[in-house]
Amino acid sequence: MSTALKQPQARPAAGAPKRRNRGRHLVSIGGAAGTPSLLTKITLGVVIALSIFPLYWMIVIASRTSRDAISFPPALLPGGNLGEHVERALSDPQANLLLGLQNSFIITGTVTVSVVLISTLAGFAFAKLQFKGSRLLMGVVLATMMVPLQHLGLVPLYLLMVELGWLDTLQAAILPFLVNGFGIFLMRQYTIQSVPDELIEAARMDGASTIGIWWRIVLPALRPGMVVLGLLTFMLNWNEFLWPFMVLSNNNPTIQLAIRQISIGLYSTDLSMVFTGTLISIIPITVIFIVFGRQIVSGIMEGSNK
Amino acid sequence: MTTTAKPRSRMSLRDRIHVFDAKGSPYLLVAPFFLLFAVFGLFPMIFTLYASMQDWSVRRPERSFIGLDNYSFLLFEYDRFGWSIFNTLGMFVIATIPQLIVALMVANALNKRLRGQLMWRMLVLAPIVTSVMAVGIVFARIWGQEYGMVNGFLGLFGVDNINWHSGRLSSWVAIASMVDWRWMGYNALIYLAAMQVIPRNLYEAAALDGASASQQFWKITIPQLKPVIIFTVFISSVGGMMLFVEPMMFGSGQLSGGTAGQFQTTSMVLVDMLRTHGNYGLSSAAGWILFVVIGLVAGLNFLIINRLQGDK
Repeated sequence: MSTALKQPQARPAAGAPKRRNRGRHLVSIGGAAGTPSLLTKITLGVVIALSIFPLYWMIVIASRTSRDAISFPPALLPGGNLGEHVERALSDPQANLLLGLQNSFIITGTVTVSVVLISTLAGFAFAKLQFKGSRLLMGVVLATMMVPLQHLGLVPLYLLMVELGWLDTLQAAILPFLVNGFGIFLMRQYTIQSVPDELIEAARMDGASTIGIWWRIVLPALRPGMVVLGLLTFMLNWNEFLWPFMVLSNNNPTIQLAIRQISIGLYSTDLSMVFTGTLISIIPITVIFIVFGRQIVSGIMEGSNK
Repeated sequence: MTTTAKPRSRMSLRDRIHVFDAKGSPYLLVAPFFLLFAVFGLFPMIFTLYASMQDWSVRRPERSFIGLDNYSFLLFEYDRFGWSIFNTLGMFVIATIPQLIVALMVANALNKRLRGQLMWRMLVLAPIVTSVMAVGIVFARIWGQEYGMVNGFLGLFGVDNINWHSGRLSSWVAIASMVDWRWMGYNALIYLAAMQVIPRNLYEAAALDGASASQQFWKITIPQLKPVIIFTVFISSVGGMMLFVEPMMFGSGQLSGGTAGQFQTTSMVLVDMLRTHGNYGLSSAAGWILFVVIGLVAGLNFLIINRLQGDK
């Protein structure tokens, strides 16, 4: 994929780059780093307003009463009930929000650590080591990214969990997600970029083993890449619904299962409480997003551009 | 790797370990992925193919081979399945086209000289922090008939309350809005990344030739982005064909996708077959049909985009 994406950029630049410096200020360059036009600013403003509004509205309704949710024009300023609502939602044993949060942390944390570790191992091998069949195997890794594995494996994996007596246990929710083709793809790119061949050669001369090289040279160099992959994996799996829905019940839910239950059952008529639960469910990801925004943005941009 | 170990007998133990390390270690490093993938990816896939040809359900635990009967039942007898494919494709089209166009515009805007780059990018990406479940819950209310904000807004212009859930097209629009809202920013950042590596001198040359900003966008930016556009359409089609949580939450958490299945997707049928009816054979067959449909859609999209560009 990486090469396929890059190729067309090699197209020759038509025209006369020699005269580049003359007239630079006389013509408008529409590409990179041009000045934004009014229309551009308006587009951006409207899109961002629409992006933020539903999130903001969630907070507004969660902090007011359900009555405010059904008035039009809609309530636009937060009220003072948020603390009380949060307390009520968290302490309601039927809502299971705390257990849901805890389960989601365990499941997502385990999956993230596993995906990052396995991906750095394999990514290093595919990037820097020569071995028979490596191209074919990398092709298999890429192919796994294109296949809706979850849907194609739903029946047997579900029956497997039934057979093992693992329904409603966390390991059932964890196991199918321990590996991820995208992670390997990403770590291979990071390894190519950030680990110089000479460093590996030098370590080999000193008699280091392959695993030793991975541990002492590759891992430290990959730390930024691991953070990016970890963040993306965490966000993706925190949001996972279908598989936990198959194997977990409302007695032992993930946070996503818990807020579904709140929304369609427990508080189906109390929108303030529904939105309070929903708000609680997105807080962990929101905190991560704010703290690691730079890495997440660059991870998405770099991951696609290879 | 370079030295073929000719004098093998005379190699010291240390050399042998070294050779083993060079030849064997790569396989050890990739083994965890392939072992886990074999157990939780490949094997289930093959088993699903086998199960799809069995008459097999909770009520008939002793399975029997029935060839392609499950497939023909889904495709020719069970109306909801055919409609579910139609629904899924419809939602995919009305979600993806506007989404990618807006994403291109936003990427173009973000590619200008802006103060506080990171902040703008994060604001555009913000919806991604919301889980699909949360989006479904909030947007189901926004599109509600009685007190929904969309109807309230349309009411300002004298439009009567619309029951968005009842019609096929209207429910598709509502569901597509959830997909677009959540993914537009992500795609915009991918386009932005690709825009930033377009060589600057292309624009400078075009500008010297008198091309306007919009001409530059259509004649340089878009053609240069073609591979990335194909990539995003591909990713969107795989994701869009598996649409599940949004329509489920739009229908109050049910798998039926509306009273007449007007917004039931193929994923919902597949899960319904397994969870509600316990029919392993049919659910498996639905999975493989979905897989084939995804392949067809991805291939078709590829051809269309290639053709569009070829005309230039």
